Amino acid sequence: MTSPASPIARTLRFYEAPIGKKAVMALSGLVLVAFVLGHMLGNLQLYLPPGPDGKHALDAYAEALQHNAPLLWGARAVLTLSVLAHILSALQLAQLKIAARPIPYVRHTPIASTYASRTMYWSGPIVLAFLIYHLLHFTTGQAHPNFQPLQVRANVINGFSVWYVSLFYIAAMAMLSTHLYHGVWSMFQSLGLAHPAYTPKLKLGAKAFAVLIAAGNISMPLAVLTGLVK
Amino acid sequence: MRLTLNIWRQKSPVDKGRMVPYTLDNVSEHMSFLEMLDVLNEQLITKGEEPIAFDHDCREGICGSCGFVINGVAHGPRRGTTVCQLHMRSFNDNDELFLEPWRAAAFPVLKDLIVNRSSFDRIIGAGGYISAPTGSAPDGNAILVPKPESDMAMSAAGCIGCGACVAACPNASAALFTSAKIAHLGLLPQGQPERHSRALHMVAQAHEEGFGNCTNIGECEAVCPKGIQLENIARMNRDFLTGAVLYRDPQAEAGAG
Repeated sequence: MTSPASPIARTLRFYEAPIGKKAVMALSGLVLVAFVLGHMLGNLQLYLPPGPDGKHALDAYAEALQHNAPLLWGARAVLTLSVLAHILSALQLAQLKIAARPIPYVRHTPIASTYASRTMYWSGPIVLAFLIYHLLHFTTGQAHPNFQPLQVRANVINGFSVWYVSLFYIAAMAMLSTHLYHGVWSMFQSLGLAHPAYTPKLKLGAKAFAVLIAAGNISMPLAVLTGLVK
Repeated sequence: MRLTLNIWRQKSPVDKGRMVPYTLDNVSEHMSFLEMLDVLNEQLITKGEEPIAFDHDCREGICGSCGFVINGVAHGPRRGTTVCQLHMRSFNDNDELFLEPWRAAAFPVLKDLIVNRSSFDRIIGAGGYISAPTGSAPDGNAILVPKPESDMAMSAAGCIGCGACVAACPNASAALFTSAKIAHLGLLPQGQPERHSRALHMVAQAHEEGFGNCTNIGECEAVCPKGIQLENIARMNRDFLTGAVLYRDPQAEAGAG
């Protein structure tokens, strides 16, 4: 018999409880939030002028990442694991939610929750669908009409020149922002970090972060569509 | 005033149940909601029909017996108020109201608006207590409790276990109830020895009973007649996570006798 304190028993006991699943969701979410910020900051180099060698900043950045295999594949591994953990915990928690109220209300009136918080089970899968498309579009190129490896700037401009592609990106970023609007604060609450002095500021900061991510990411397809970036 | 009431009628735990419409005239705005239902029940009894079953006891908002969902909101439209303390002046003439029992797998309907909340008792039984020598009361101030902790513990202790938090939660989670008990005891010196095992056991029991998980959306806090705050849930999460990570097997070497 395994001891109740054995690592396996400990992990199982931790993950069996909904709070453990929420902690996994929060920690994997934290990794993804950090990535979303870093990814946006990296991509905003689209607006930088070309360097003295005539190379665009975004292309030089992409090349630097591609030539640093340990960093690239390390990050990809951590991100894939985080996405899988995030999805697995979400599916299991959704199952609990469905089982916990078999008979629905005839009338149900939300009075305090935000739209963002009530639609996490929708915004999540939409962002996942977008993620798959986005990888096929700009990383592997199958969904891109004119994909040139490592020519990130050109790929972005060509890709976003198609208005409905840009529209999908903008809609997906709005969804991501909605997800973050609730998720970024919720992460702290799930991990047990709440205090009347800090929680209101944290909630405000989380909302500002969500808006910032949406604004930064949506600016890029808009800049291409309006011809600001050529 | 005149009201149209659509009320959930269910004969027994195995009956399927359905919404039944009633009209009630001459409702005084001074009546409490339960008094209004008493009047309706008098009329039903006079007509030879089965009166509507609903839980109630003290009718002064402190016992936690009463409660049902009115137009989709647990305990009705007035904040910080149980349904017995809700008065008909909160409604208007010709209002149409929908009355439903708390909906949760862990709260099976017994009859009409009455649900079985024994699951709450079993959560308490799993760890919602302190182990202390009984006998004469300890001297006042023999155990020091800092004022902020005392305030928080008292606020958490305000929970009357009515179940509105579960009813309002889209996940039918008992997180607010369970966390109120965990915070109430875990904040005080007397609750320290069992602080982590309490969180582990009560959380496990809530899960066992079939309550859902918390998604931090705050509907529970909004309907709570006693103003129990979401911060308690963070405290419960903290105690549970710390307890789960730091868990040790009991060692027999010391004090095994």
